[in-house]
Amino acid sequence: MTSRPELQAEVLQPTGTLPDEVEAPANASTFLRRFRRNKVGVIALGVLVFLILVAVFAPWISPHEPNQGELSRALEGPSGEYWFGTDDLGRDVLSRLIHASRVSLLAAALATGVALLIGLPLGLISGYFGGWIDNVIMRFNDALMSFPALILAVVIVGLLGPSLTNAMLAIGIVYAPRIMRVVRGSALSVREEVYVLSAKATGCGAPRIIGRHVLPNILSPLVVQTTIMLGLAILSEAGLSFLGLGVQPPTASWGSILGRAFPYMSRTPTTVIVAGVTISVAVLAFNLLGDAFRDSLGRERRDQ
Amino acid sequence: MTTTSESRVPKLRVEDLEVTFDVGRGRKLHAVDGVSFHVDEGETLGLVGESGSGKSTTGMAVLRLAEPTSGRVYLGDTEVTGLRSRQLRPLRKRMQIVFQDPYSSLDPSMTIGQQLDEPLKVHTSLSKAERRARVDEALDTVKLSRRYTSRYPNEFSGGQRQRIAIARAMILDPELVVCDEPVSALDVSTQSQIVNLLLGIQEQSRTSFLFIAHDLAVVRLVSARTAVMYLGQLVETGPSARVYDAPAHPYTAALNSAIPIPDPDRQRTRDRIVLGGDQPSPLTPPSGCRFRTRCPFAMEVCAEEAPPQYPIDGGGYAACHLHTHGPQLRGASVLPLIHGDHLTTPLVSR
Amino acid sequence: MTTASKQAPLLQVEDLTVQFPTPDGLITVVDRVSFTLDANRVLCIVGESGSGKSVTALSLVGLVQSRGGRISAGSVRFAGEELVGRAEKSLNTVRGRDIGFIFQEPMSSLNPAFTVGDQIAEVVRRHRKASRRHAWARAVEMLDRVGIASAAQRAKDYPHHFSGGMRQRVMIALALACDPKLLIADEPTTALDVTIQARTLELLKTLQREQDMGVLFITHDLGVVADIADDVVVMYASQVVEQAPVRELFRRPQHPYTAGLLAAMPQSALENNTPLVGIPGVVPQPHRLPSGCRFHPRCAHAQPGRCTTDPIQLRLLDRGLVRCVRAEELRDPSAAQAEPAPIEGVTAQ
Repeated sequence: MTSRPELQAEVLQPTGTLPDEVEAPANASTFLRRFRRNKVGVIALGVLVFLILVAVFAPWISPHEPNQGELSRALEGPSGEYWFGTDDLGRDVLSRLIHASRVSLLAAALATGVALLIGLPLGLISGYFGGWIDNVIMRFNDALMSFPALILAVVIVGLLGPSLTNAMLAIGIVYAPRIMRVVRGSALSVREEVYVLSAKATGCGAPRIIGRHVLPNILSPLVVQTTIMLGLAILSEAGLSFLGLGVQPPTASWGSILGRAFPYMSRTPTTVIVAGVTISVAVLAFNLLGDAFRDSLGRERRDQ
Repeated sequence: MTTTSESRVPKLRVEDLEVTFDVGRGRKLHAVDGVSFHVDEGETLGLVGESGSGKSTTGMAVLRLAEPTSGRVYLGDTEVTGLRSRQLRPLRKRMQIVFQDPYSSLDPSMTIGQQLDEPLKVHTSLSKAERRARVDEALDTVKLSRRYTSRYPNEFSGGQRQRIAIARAMILDPELVVCDEPVSALDVSTQSQIVNLLLGIQEQSRTSFLFIAHDLAVVRLVSARTAVMYLGQLVETGPSARVYDAPAHPYTAALNSAIPIPDPDRQRTRDRIVLGGDQPSPLTPPSGCRFRTRCPFAMEVCAEEAPPQYPIDGGGYAACHLHTHGPQLRGASVLPLIHGDHLTTPLVSR
Repeated sequence: MTTASKQAPLLQVEDLTVQFPTPDGLITVVDRVSFTLDANRVLCIVGESGSGKSVTALSLVGLVQSRGGRISAGSVRFAGEELVGRAEKSLNTVRGRDIGFIFQEPMSSLNPAFTVGDQIAEVVRRHRKASRRHAWARAVEMLDRVGIASAAQRAKDYPHHFSGGMRQRVMIALALACDPKLLIADEPTTALDVTIQARTLELLKTLQREQDMGVLFITHDLGVVADIADDVVVMYASQVVEQAPVRELFRRPQHPYTAGLLAAMPQSALENNTPLVGIPGVVPQPHRLPSGCRFHPRCAHAQPGRCTTDPIQLRLLDRGLVRCVRAEELRDPSAAQAEPAPIEGVTAQ
């Protein structure tokens, strides 16, 4: 090169630690910042926290004994004493609803837990290994998904006998394929990531790669799906309990209160409305929270 | 940089490597077709080629991250090909890789400390404190602060991530590291930092490097020897200075002249080979010499027989008929052909 | 840059400022950028990723708005006519007809559902109101000019039938189909192999001469600049740091960043037989710009006070513009060596 700038030779060689700037941490804080700006999500979360608090403190906040009533005061409308009226056995509807939130929320969590327990490992195995394992698992999955969910649950409960646990087990089994699909799809794409190849090149075995590299990176879609599934489980539990296949008297869930009040709808419509609205609000809140999670989690942004 | 000596057993020996991909309907893609080379202990071999040349596949096949269809790969005395995956895993301690894109090669859900710790956890029985010390050392080697261990990859720039990837590859003190275009995705100023870092590591360690790149200039800086690939085959090998300054294969010359010189006057007046045509599909490679469809010097013989590897003055080999037919270069550089008036083909500009 | 010429320049950009809203607030991606491009000249904007070079190019014809960006100040005059503030519809008539575009990714810029001939003909029909037959003929002619063999046949092929290099040539044919007066090329060769890049550059140079176009060429590669540019604008951290005719810029870079970029090229190290010199540190983020000279934390010549506090202005020096207070002193090597002033506290956090 001709007479070259004296200047360039002067540029310092990097020595020691470079004045590299590290960007502000972005993981959890980004999620929180984005979530906080999502009004619908915050409200949904608020509603769910409220419902959970109600369930936790049910014995202290309910004005009456949920399972004791005066037959003489059966099927009363709303009053100062019974805010939402009484049921056909003269029990306080509000107190029963408050206690039922324990059953309903716990049942939803149980069902979702069962679905995760089945769907997550199968989905991971199916997505990560692919090949014939994937084929077998997915055909089984397709078969399960081709049944209408509630009918399948009714069949399973019919086989196991009606009880809340059985109902939740049934719902968990019925919805496991949904989790499996989401997990498998995400695992399939994560499997192709260079960092998974890098882990292989490092000499990691399959269990370690699945546990340490695949699972943490599919958490976002999994959290979203799980949240939505909680709502679905509440709805399914309500459906089964409405039909008398779920929770057994005298314990109440939102669905069983609705089912019990249904024949008397013309006399005490309040009970049906209140129970129905509670279920809808809870389901809606879970769905909206799921959407909000999806929007806030997003994929990590690369530099422009 | 060490020089090749006959007596030593090379650290990496690749013999007649072939990698074939099934692309459906019975068609086979020969991504790597009969490639042989070696890398000595502590030596860096640059592997240059454009997209579709098979250079990355070669690197992956050496590490068995892509399955070789045939041929043999030896790491020291151990044959890498033919090992079952269970036997292969302990061997991974001895050979590592640095990938091109530092944005995707680090796990976004793991901290830097965890990623650097992972190879140690998998391959050693060191205590937590010992591992921690090794991680700190590795960060020192790549000139990153030890405070970064608890940070996540997305907090770092591309160059910093590539340092982390290099630290991870080097932490087990491997015998061989394949660098698969480690600087191609980086900005110029960052690229030079990483190149200098690799040069420093070469000096301090006995590790052998297979440095894969599309940029002949970068390879020239980093490696003692260079091998040039085109359409799955080696077209030229030799000491980097010789390959760069006196290329003996027209493709190498074209590749070299395609790298713009940062000097407007010289860049605009230099003799250049501008290649016509497009690279043929590797599904249906041309007969004879694979480069002949784009070669400004192609002769009849080039279509008929594959050129043998011909020894070149100044070291190495080139697979080109020009050395035995036509102008009969007999091991000399092809550059005089470009500079001189021997050539009438319109494909050469100026 | 004088505005008082008799004839309006082909493209005159003044104080162009582009901002993007982000979770961290409004960031300025292009900061008061000015340059002038005359017909039949090639102006290169060169910079690393994050310098704002691409956004500058896209914003000229209203292509950043769809991505959330906003021109918050400045003016862009194309052949004397103001483009900033024009309605989308009226910009549409300018885009594609008077101003052609080539992007980095030739695949995503072509519609996979239509043949390349149809796509070129469509543009011709829209802007030239040509008949179907004429538009098709023009498409074939353009494909032929960019060196696609048997163009009449290949025009009926879909984009996925073409290799990367050929697709970029198709893009060039598309961009030039209406004989634009200005071609904006945003890293058109970055995704291509070097031999294909060399050929594409040759093609662009030939077409530029034949069509008397002005070309605004965005690149990160100073080698490409040396090959194609008449004038060069160097951008760093959203600002122009140096502007000069190409020969001056390479012979004597006035800004330490330009000099650093040159020294960081492997070709430079090989040519001069010197070790490769890197620029330490990283490009600052737009929302965390250093005070004073934006390059000072990475600059070996930065002086506390002079370079670190007040913003540095772009000023005229010789035949170019430079944003460095020490430019004159640094030309004298003895002065530069006298004070290697390391600056405290540049390691953030």
